[in-house]
Amino acid sequence: MDIRAGIAAGNKRAAARLITMIENGEPEAVEIIKENYDKIGTARIIGVTGPPGAGKSTVTDKLAKLLRKQGKKVAIIAVDPTSPFSGGAILGDRIRMSDLNTDEGVFIRSMGTRGALGGLSKSVNGAIKVMDILGCDYIFVETVGVGQSEIDIVKVADTVLMVMVPGLGDDIQAIKAGIMEIGDVFAVNKSDREGAEKTATEIELMLDLNGNTEYRPPVKNIIAKDNKGIEELWEAIEKHHEYMISSGNFNKRRQKAIETEILEIFKQNLLDKIERLEKKGEYLSDLTKKVFNKQIDPYTAAQELSSILSKEGGI
Amino acid sequence: MNRPIRVLVAKPGLDGHDRGAKVVARAMRDAGMEVIYTGLRQTPEQIAEAAIQEDVDCVAMSILSGAHNYLFPKVVQLLKEKGGEDILVIGGGVIPEEDIPGLKEAGIAEIFTPGTPTSVTIEFIKNNIKRN
Repeated sequence: MDIRAGIAAGNKRAAARLITMIENGEPEAVEIIKENYDKIGTARIIGVTGPPGAGKSTVTDKLAKLLRKQGKKVAIIAVDPTSPFSGGAILGDRIRMSDLNTDEGVFIRSMGTRGALGGLSKSVNGAIKVMDILGCDYIFVETVGVGQSEIDIVKVADTVLMVMVPGLGDDIQAIKAGIMEIGDVFAVNKSDREGAEKTATEIELMLDLNGNTEYRPPVKNIIAKDNKGIEELWEAIEKHHEYMISSGNFNKRRQKAIETEILEIFKQNLLDKIERLEKKGEYLSDLTKKVFNKQIDPYTAAQELSSILSKEGGI
Repeated sequence: MNRPIRVLVAKPGLDGHDRGAKVVARAMRDAGMEVIYTGLRQTPEQIAEAAIQEDVDCVAMSILSGAHNYLFPKVVQLLKEKGGEDILVIGGGVIPEEDIPGLKEAGIAEIFTPGTPTSVTIEFIKNNIKRN
């Protein structure tokens, strides 16, 4: 398959293969992204996060359908956890999105976390770029079911939608730092259940304590499976976007995201270099033995490793 | 290259029994594969399109309803139309012996009938996917 020609023609099979190449760390994939970088930056990226079972996939499915009615091209990246033991994964987010499978204007890709801990896969950034190149107007990134600290989504999304459900725990959960701080829009899904109003109130009370007086994240009660409240939810997402643009925060957030990405790539390149260095001469394992035998400490070992690396140069 | 094999596990047609498919999916996960599970009552179009978007190495389908002679070959045909002729297609479920040669003729690489250990299916996938 000629990936380059396929990408240029907007072919889904080529795009799907390119994402696989990114996931597998093939250098060729980076080259193709580089060549197409001028096409990147037009898609809006919406993060969908929340605890397991909150209904992230169902909400994403409904929002995507709403946008399809407006004629927009939509991509969905759905991340599920990789087993830390086998390296395998069961990726089940498509179950809630079956009707979108055959829609020409929708591209769904499931990803395993493959060891990443922040609720995403490290290939998400690359997959977003591929879908952006393909001309998608909106890209939804659905995280794994999160606990309290998987907040990597804030590093990639223009708007973070936090999907909550009634009855998750007492109000103290709501004031914990981390996950609750990154929501730009809150949805209380399954609002036909008991405790939905209480959950919404608890989120509102938590938001009362937030410092930002310019923008207050709205809290919407929805029932995604019945398509109730989805339009209002989308309006809230649009309002957040308008605020981000008018306040100048949109560009600030994107710049921050780019900075984070550069540093991530830099770190990865460094780790790759160490891996290649190790193939030449077991420097890391020697240093490890020395630290284990208390001949040196890990700080000194790290310093030695970086001086070996700079001596060996362009590995 | 050391990468996880990606498999789409799908239930085409109208039967609502996916215990077998789930057991196989779980075994594949434990063998280090990334399994995309699509749920019940999928049309061949949905399965083929999902396989393309997910760029899988293998599509594994399970049918208990008796509609395998139509649904399995249909998925193979649609995959070809979409440029996915290199994707390995296998089937499982309650498939009569006499139907198996015809299904293989139609491009289904192997059929696994009830009682097959999951390890046999997994070995088959590992040995027969067309991409390294």
